[in-house]
Amino acid sequence: MVQLEPAPKVGAVSDNVDYRTLDEIIDGYSADPSMLIQILLDVQKKMHWLSKPTLRRISARLQVPLTRITRIATFYTMFSLKPQGRNSVQVCTGTACHVRGATELLTRTENVLGLKPGETDEEMKFTLKTVNCLGCCALGPVMTMGGAYHSNPSVADLKGLANALE
Amino acid sequence: MIKKLKSIQDLVQLQTTLVAEQESFTRTVAICEGTGCYAYKSSVVADAFVEELKKLKLDRTIQVRRTGCHGFCERGPMAKIFPEKVFYFQVKPEDVPEIVEKTLVHNEYVERLLFLDEKTGKRCPHQHEIPFYQLQNQVVFGKNVLISPKNIEDYIVAGGYSALAKVLSKMSPVDVLEEVKKADLRGRGGGGFPAGVKWETTRNATGEPKYVIVNADEGDPGAYMDRSILEGNPHSVLEGLMLGGYAIGSTQGFIYVRQEYTTALENLPIAIAQAKQLGLLGENILGSGFNFDIIIHQGAGAFVSGESSALMSAIEGKVGEPRPKYIRTAIKGVWDRPSNLNNVETWANVPLIINEGAEWFRSLGTEGSKGTKIFSLVGKVKYTGLVEVPMGVTLRQIVFDVGGGIRNNKQFKAVQTGGPSGGCIPEKYLDLPVDFDELTKVGSMMGSGGMIVMDEDTCMVDVAKYFTNFLGDESCGKCIPCREGLRQMKRILKDITEGNGQESDLEVLEQLGGFMKAAALCALGQTAANPVLSTMKYFREEYEAHVRDKQCPAKVCQKLIIYLIDPEKCLACGICLKQCPTEAILGEKKVVHIVNQEKCIKCGTCYQVCPSKIGAVTKLAGGPAPEPVAYGTPVVKKERAK
Repeated sequence: MVQLEPAPKVGAVSDNVDYRTLDEIIDGYSADPSMLIQILLDVQKKMHWLSKPTLRRISARLQVPLTRITRIATFYTMFSLKPQGRNSVQVCTGTACHVRGATELLTRTENVLGLKPGETDEEMKFTLKTVNCLGCCALGPVMTMGGAYHSNPSVADLKGLANALE
Repeated sequence: MIKKLKSIQDLVQLQTTLVAEQESFTRTVAICEGTGCYAYKSSVVADAFVEELKKLKLDRTIQVRRTGCHGFCERGPMAKIFPEKVFYFQVKPEDVPEIVEKTLVHNEYVERLLFLDEKTGKRCPHQHEIPFYQLQNQVVFGKNVLISPKNIEDYIVAGGYSALAKVLSKMSPVDVLEEVKKADLRGRGGGGFPAGVKWETTRNATGEPKYVIVNADEGDPGAYMDRSILEGNPHSVLEGLMLGGYAIGSTQGFIYVRQEYTTALENLPIAIAQAKQLGLLGENILGSGFNFDIIIHQGAGAFVSGESSALMSAIEGKVGEPRPKYIRTAIKGVWDRPSNLNNVETWANVPLIINEGAEWFRSLGTEGSKGTKIFSLVGKVKYTGLVEVPMGVTLRQIVFDVGGGIRNNKQFKAVQTGGPSGGCIPEKYLDLPVDFDELTKVGSMMGSGGMIVMDEDTCMVDVAKYFTNFLGDESCGKCIPCREGLRQMKRILKDITEGNGQESDLEVLEQLGGFMKAAALCALGQTAANPVLSTMKYFREEYEAHVRDKQCPAKVCQKLIIYLIDPEKCLACGICLKQCPTEAILGEKKVVHIVNQEKCIKCGTCYQVCPSKIGAVTKLAGGPAPEPVAYGTPVVKKERAK
């Protein structure tokens, strides 16, 4: 028998989790356990990370053990178990970008932001990530900051871009 | 409101009406909004066309079509004008009024936006004159320019769903199966298994319901063929899947798409909804009694999930890990039911085979590999883009004739094919024909179609390390040969590229590679050593330079190389000094700049920003760094110039 944590009231907001939105997402998939990954993806997209109470709630609603959910949440790169910065900075490290100088671009970006890949700054402004391929290889080495694509920006460019964001 | 099509006659009728509607436009401007061009802000160009045509009241006779990828990513944003097929490249919004005025009103070319053939020095107005397209035969990919992916009507005008109509009216499921078998269509995802044989296995397997699946978890970094088909022509994949469902006896399809493919994930649900509205998907399709439905599943970022059994686990909502395939997924797949999986490009070929016939398909390609293949030609090649050529064209033709050779007049070194499971092919094998079987003989494979071109500035040890790190991160960890083998390989390659390698390391790498090949659970592990083994085979001297001399001949490995400023060339302009993120450059006005090696993080900023006509920053393949000139040495060249 799976031991379920008592679910908070539907629509309640506690533990800083917006249970109303969470329940809406789950209901959108009729709480179907085979849709677990899709539900987690939607939650990640809306809330930007998967907090522990969020995962517990999903576990209770879907009747799927928390260990299995945690396994999925740690297996895939899209999910983050830590809060993310307001702006995502993605440096492409796909093969095409790699041979065109992605390593140097990453070193520059790390230095300008003061972050290593996976890290978020204290003001929650930026999260730096590396991605496998952004699919615009003609621009390589390429990176995105605040949703816009930039081809091989210099240190000065990067500083300008970082300062322009909130 | 769109009326539901109740019979094949209705579809023919609709097509006739739509073609007539299209004819009310004298011209069409097709703008590429694939991911590559989108990144170049092609949508703004499309907006500019719409606005300009409206302003000149030409919008009733000239239409703007926002399409998927046209292939020539290097020169985006692209605008192609029909029916003349005039091709404009690197179009900016401010160019639009001129194009409209000159080309659309007065039938003249805007010369500077036409492709310039560097060999002949001539401008090429039309697609067939441009070398990039001359060897290509875009049977699968070519419809992208004719279709707005968000509009099913465009697909129908281009002859879409006619294969479905043909099958439902004239062919039995076995007829369809036999046609695909006769065409000898092999899986484009990399395995090259005959699709018809796989279909037959699923068809004959016991268990209901049966499933048909599109593998759109294209995970090879630097490869985006499947994405561009899904983004640009989603209905061709839906139609192919339905034909497969009909032949196999399945009424439920799945499409498993990488979460990273945002445009595809935007266009697919629209395509499915439109097909349902028209009665081309759902219950009793075109009044034939055939039912079919499609569910989209998003991946969540795991390379190994593209493996068939792993992908099927993910569809069930479990972790996308492979399982041993003593019983194939074609017999026991999703929820242990017979499940047939093919990749996007394979499915997109099916409507063509049904429409044009197996004989036509067999007329393209080589003895063992029929049809065309789309390649993603990227890296140090001059013309980055997607290339569709008949199987059997040589690597040299693809890289040099289609791709225009190497950027910046550098020397070709290798081409990496087959993604992380493939290998690096050196110059001496460039005349090999590219198909499922030939590249395997030299230690690589055609794979799903990634082709990364490398030049003299690419370090092959670094490339091997790159793929090993990638695969190490993506290994699911279930079997020991892959998990631990990659871990050890990563460690050894890290040592070698940091100058801590030993002679014995090379032997250990070879042993590990052989062991992984023989003992790993799935194809990812079995092929994971290919990048290391193929680079060791063809570029052993580079490994030896790293190990023995502690040098990186291509000047790539950050821990080995040294950045220096040439005191003879430095003009003391201060650009590098200002931009260096770690203040590792010392200098002042009229004083030669010096790199402080202890502070240098090898980010390449000084190398990047030093103006090319000065070119004072150089790289050394390895240490020790020569003693720099004394601080305060005055600039030489500037005085000479006076």
